[in-house]
Amino acid sequence: MGDLRDNRLTIITGHYGSGKTEFAVNYSIKSLNSYNKVVLADLDIVNPYFRSREKAAFLKNMGIRVIGSSMMNSSMEIPALTADINGAIDDKTSKTIMDIGGDPVGARVLARYSNQISMQGYDMFIVVNANRPETQTVEAVKRYMNNIELSSGLKISGLINNTHLLRSTSIDDLLKGHELCQKVTEDTGIPIVYEVAIRSIADMIKDPSIKIFPIDLYMREDWMS
Amino acid sequence: MAKVLMKGNEAVCEAAIRAGCRYFFGYPITPQNEVPEYMSEKLPKVGGVFLQAESEVAAINMVYGAAGAGGRVMTSSSSPGMALKQEGISYIAGAELPCVIVNMMRGGPGLGSIQPGQADYFQATRGGGNGDYRHIVYAPASIQEMVDILMESFDIADIYRIPVLVLGDGMIGQMMEAVEFKEAIPKELPEKDWITTGTKEKRKPNVINSLYLEPELLYEHNLKLEAKHRLIEENEVRYEATGVEDAEVVCVAYGTTARVVKNAMEELEKEGIKVGLIRPITLWPFPNEAFDKINPKAKGLLTVEMSMGQMIDDVKIASNGRWTTDFHGKSGGLVPSPAGVIDAVKKIIGGGK
Repeated sequence: MGDLRDNRLTIITGHYGSGKTEFAVNYSIKSLNSYNKVVLADLDIVNPYFRSREKAAFLKNMGIRVIGSSMMNSSMEIPALTADINGAIDDKTSKTIMDIGGDPVGARVLARYSNQISMQGYDMFIVVNANRPETQTVEAVKRYMNNIELSSGLKISGLINNTHLLRSTSIDDLLKGHELCQKVTEDTGIPIVYEVAIRSIADMIKDPSIKIFPIDLYMREDWMS
Repeated sequence: MAKVLMKGNEAVCEAAIRAGCRYFFGYPITPQNEVPEYMSEKLPKVGGVFLQAESEVAAINMVYGAAGAGGRVMTSSSSPGMALKQEGISYIAGAELPCVIVNMMRGGPGLGSIQPGQADYFQATRGGGNGDYRHIVYAPASIQEMVDILMESFDIADIYRIPVLVLGDGMIGQMMEAVEFKEAIPKELPEKDWITTGTKEKRKPNVINSLYLEPELLYEHNLKLEAKHRLIEENEVRYEATGVEDAEVVCVAYGTTARVVKNAMEELEKEGIKVGLIRPITLWPFPNEAFDKINPKAKGLLTVEMSMGQMIDDVKIASNGRWTTDFHGKSGGLVPSPAGVIDAVKKIIGGGK
């Protein structure tokens, strides 16, 4: 796929455990093709593990700046937001990706920035994994979308189908999520912007109407399934 | 049922509810907070009770009460919180009550860190509480295995009237994996004729208690508990033993760490180094019998833990002087890497760089 056409300010939300961070990390790396300056702002104040700030050193080497908590330690669970986030939102030369904590409770952190973000213009995507028990129906996904919009004060502009079973994902998983997201699009008018797949699956999808976003698993250690 | 993707902490609750658990008493602590969160949402929907206690001490005593009244009851915590529960666990074991306890271990000692650890091995297998008591300790290495074990553990607790501890770590709790909830196979369970649900004036009152002021009576009680412990050692030992018969080095590891070791084993195999693995699934009773299968000519055993070395004591007992026993581990919230295990194995066989 070619260069990214999303707004330079891109917000990644979703259900708890939908795969936001893995997408955000991959999306940041992809953004290097289109932007000289890429910032990944980790605003996850819900999760104590598997946060993008854990990969800060790795991403810094690639040319991506990671903004985490204002507390230095990556394993802190204190929801301390640094003033750097304001700068990254306002900096018109920066592709800024905001990785938000799961669920409406995680999205609440955005309310503090909603006016500032609205003034800049933005895309807010919701990551959907149809293999998560809480987001298997159109109604459930719509409920999450509605609640995330309510708590963040921002509008969702795109769906990301991220339906997988980690390394045991099959094409059927991706297609199941595709079908679910399509139905959500029919009901809400909000389009599917990306359909995420590990590379082995991505290569097998031939349907050009499916906008495949191939990813590598940066957040999973080799010994994890 | 199709596979779904769940965090360990969520899956453990779903498994408990499907196994008939209807009472949960707990107090929040990272990295197991999704457990009380999930229970608080789901238990009321199936007619159960979720109660956030004022402390871990209160929670474990609520477990004592609910178990005494015959309820299928669970509590969960993480390392420092588990320390607080130890007194209650001793009382529950003393009063012979069935319950399930989940510990998602984190780095210690003290408040430690919120990252994963395995430094509660002594606490889990030796008991932080007082007296001659034991309880079963399961150490699953995947979320699927944890789900399967948890669904069975309520029955095991009922059969032996003993607390069952499911010992995970922060990684098992926080990690997501594909899981399938299989239909539980109903076991024949003893009738709970000892519970305190009212005599209806038809029988003598049942008493739930761990106090025996007459030394002879307490000794008798301890002999009864001891006989039960021997029975559990005979019947409930579980482990996985891979390639130990012809291994040069045998690793011993449980839970998350066993997965790191398996990854290292694959790499070593490519280099032509034969490494076996004993993975205790029950930490108590410890699988001593597994060690009898080890190649007598093996160069040594390597215990790998997310601690400064605790299970290694049990490995030495099981080895009984037959092999040298080395240790490799990290603690404080760090996870050993496959590369570290590979180096430690090579050091034992003398072929290291």
